[in-house]
Amino acid sequence: MAKTEVRTETPATPNEAAELLRTIAADKTPLRARGGGTKFGWGAECEPGAIISTESLGEVKEHNAADMTAVLGAGTPLAVAQKAFAESGQMLALDPPLVGDAATIGGIIAANDSGPLRHRYKAPRDLVLGMTVALSDGTVARSGSKVIKNVAGYDIGKLFAGSFGTLGLIVEVIVRLHPLPRRTVTLVGESDDPKVLQAGSLDLGHAPLEVEALDVSWFDGSGRVLARFGGVAPEGQSATGRALLETAGLDVTETADDAALWTEQRDAQRAGADELSVKVSGLPGDLFEIVAVTKRLGGSLVGRAGLGLYWLRAPSTTHMDELRRELGAVARHCVLLDAPAGVRAEADVWGEPDPGMLRLMRAIKSRFDPAGVCAPGLHTGGI
Amino acid sequence: MDVAELVDELTIICGADGVVSDAAARRTYESDGLLQYKVQPGAVVLPTTTEQVSRVVALCYRHEIPWVARGSGTGLSGGALPVSDGVLIVLSRMRRILEVDLVNQRVVLEPGVTNKEISLAVAPAHFYPPDPSSQIVCSIGGNIAENSGGLHCFKYGFTTNYVTGLEIVLPDGRVVELGGKEMDAPGYDLIGAFVGSEGTLGIATRITLRIVPLPQTVRTLIAYFEGVGPAGQTVSDIVADGALPGAIEMMDNAAIGACEEATHVGLPVDAGAALIVELDGPEAECEARFSGVVDICERNGATDVRVAADEAERELIWKARKAAFAAMGRLAPNYYVQDGVIPRTRLGEVLERIASLGREYDLVVANVFHAGDGNLHPLVCYDGSVPGEAKRAEECAGLILQACLDAGGSITGEHGVGIDKKRFMTGMFSDDDLAVFQRLRCSFDPEQRANPGKVMPTPRLCGEIPGPYRQHPLEAAGIAERV
Repeated sequence: MAKTEVRTETPATPNEAAELLRTIAADKTPLRARGGGTKFGWGAECEPGAIISTESLGEVKEHNAADMTAVLGAGTPLAVAQKAFAESGQMLALDPPLVGDAATIGGIIAANDSGPLRHRYKAPRDLVLGMTVALSDGTVARSGSKVIKNVAGYDIGKLFAGSFGTLGLIVEVIVRLHPLPRRTVTLVGESDDPKVLQAGSLDLGHAPLEVEALDVSWFDGSGRVLARFGGVAPEGQSATGRALLETAGLDVTETADDAALWTEQRDAQRAGADELSVKVSGLPGDLFEIVAVTKRLGGSLVGRAGLGLYWLRAPSTTHMDELRRELGAVARHCVLLDAPAGVRAEADVWGEPDPGMLRLMRAIKSRFDPAGVCAPGLHTGGI
Repeated sequence: MDVAELVDELTIICGADGVVSDAAARRTYESDGLLQYKVQPGAVVLPTTTEQVSRVVALCYRHEIPWVARGSGTGLSGGALPVSDGVLIVLSRMRRILEVDLVNQRVVLEPGVTNKEISLAVAPAHFYPPDPSSQIVCSIGGNIAENSGGLHCFKYGFTTNYVTGLEIVLPDGRVVELGGKEMDAPGYDLIGAFVGSEGTLGIATRITLRIVPLPQTVRTLIAYFEGVGPAGQTVSDIVADGALPGAIEMMDNAAIGACEEATHVGLPVDAGAALIVELDGPEAECEARFSGVVDICERNGATDVRVAADEAERELIWKARKAAFAAMGRLAPNYYVQDGVIPRTRLGEVLERIASLGREYDLVVANVFHAGDGNLHPLVCYDGSVPGEAKRAEECAGLILQACLDAGGSITGEHGVGIDKKRFMTGMFSDDDLAVFQRLRCSFDPEQRANPGKVMPTPRLCGEIPGPYRQHPLEAAGIAERV
């Protein structure tokens, strides 16, 4: 069978993007949005006839340093934006795997990807103050505003965050920035006993501390709890944290030179060759059992210990049904992220959706993308 | 069908003591916290279970009767204003705390639980951060509808940042579960779409929230300045220095005077502005930051900086601030409060504009505001018994909102659009923006029976789902093009 050619379009303005969507939709060509392409494989399989690249929508349009907000074109690589913000001692508190600095802000929001900073600063959707979207009927619409507090109108930004391009194209976002911590200190507590890891991370998560990030990892039979403290006097907090981890039975080391440690932690959310990566939604108190499953599958794990979000990597021969069965009651949701192409085609990527929720999703999809051309079939329940 | 004809069926669902049909008793519910608007509801029900809510809504659906949900009725935008030909569904009897899971830092609640009860239920080691001023009485269901903020949202965020699960009754009576204790359920973020939708998408009947550890310590100061200019600069400098205060609140001279008269806590009535700064968090961090904040106040010409030495002194500072709205009665019999938001850096110029509007309209405008996030609460004082003054106050308040929009801000930071601010929506959003809002609304409620007449500036039909684009004959002929 001849492979149909996929054309790629690179609009340079929101209106151009909307016009492109409209013309592509008019002849019913399925289309997908693409930023840096670092998560293009996620979701259920979807063969587009056209790709809209956000490459030319990729600039830091405004950095209002004194107001600590920024306006970013969807195609802006997060790494580029962070460099600009750092010059003013600021950051966008979002640190998903950047995959060679290619990941863009639009892609990160559309895929709801995040990293260790989520512990304190929450998910991408929580940092978005406003969003401009282009729809498949040619509409350009904006919601939210440039101020950090606003309840006027419906929150279209949250609806599009995590929608994987199935409702339309995110063309621009307004984000809230935070101060870069002046100094940071990281505690690393080690143990090969999952119960000790769980006890240590729960104790830290319940302590009256301001932990920037509270992570856990499990590789090759040994585990770690990582806690990062920031501010003008992080040592005061880390001393308290250290005592808690040691009491729980972990061997603790402390370092101020911690950047590489955290990059490694977030990068481990992505699978290597011949591996799957699966995002697991559980609870902080389920860590012990999730590590037990990871061990049985011969896999590895990183995650947000204080939130109950984990990224499990397993050999690519692992079946999603088996994984869901193994995780059973401790993981309410398991979503396949990275996988070799053949494995993805066979796998149930999202799991069984709730019928009531699916009805609502279909109603929304049919009103936002009446032509049904935006990444058809990619999302939960074939949306 | 007339709503009065539904009373028997409503009584079967909610019981005799769960239905209010008597006209005098219904009048109790004619307004929410915004007393300017009054509508007597056709009938009032007080359900006690999700099943009852679902059956009431399904009954309304079958008979094409509109309805409005109401929590404690403390909202300040008329969001819970009833409709005369519809049912008012009051959720205040659904007030059980269903689960407190401290290990996983979650609580599961019915919608009538008050905001304050949540923090009490998870004390002493945890708390629920969003804390609207009405927290003693306002309900979590209402907080969900309005995406409520509060004094501490600059640092801790809003209601929407804490909701992990919702059970909702849709406008056709179906019950749907969104999320749960776990985060990131696959699918669209319908919780994100629902929170802050002002009761137009359905009714939340069970709510799961994330709670967080209580800060180790709190340090509070109040600083006085000659005017709001230097006080505003102080706010910018504190934030630029990298601090994330738990709260930063400002009052101008008129507000200080009214608060002092009401509370007698010893505020200097000749001060041009008062700034309350509260740092909370780990002891070492707070200590190290706090002296920096004092320095910044002094550098900006603070005439006096008073640091609360203990909890009693801290409470005194907050007593004065929290009395602000009530204290306005000392300035005039009535006031009109706005809720505009501006970028922090535009504070000086917008306050100047507000002052000049006050002079132009010959009205006292007192200002109290959440300075960290630029959320202004100008209180336009007037005497309703003087002919024409209420109208003048409303006009002045409208122009204040316009000034906020001109500065790149928003018409509402936490009170919601409701009935009161919907006419300003067109100043903030284009027709296309509003039409996209309507697509979301219609996805949940195609018949628009949930809280009709709120949020959107003009009535709109849901209509058919729009079809694919078709070229207009004029376009085809090259005579016209779409822009």
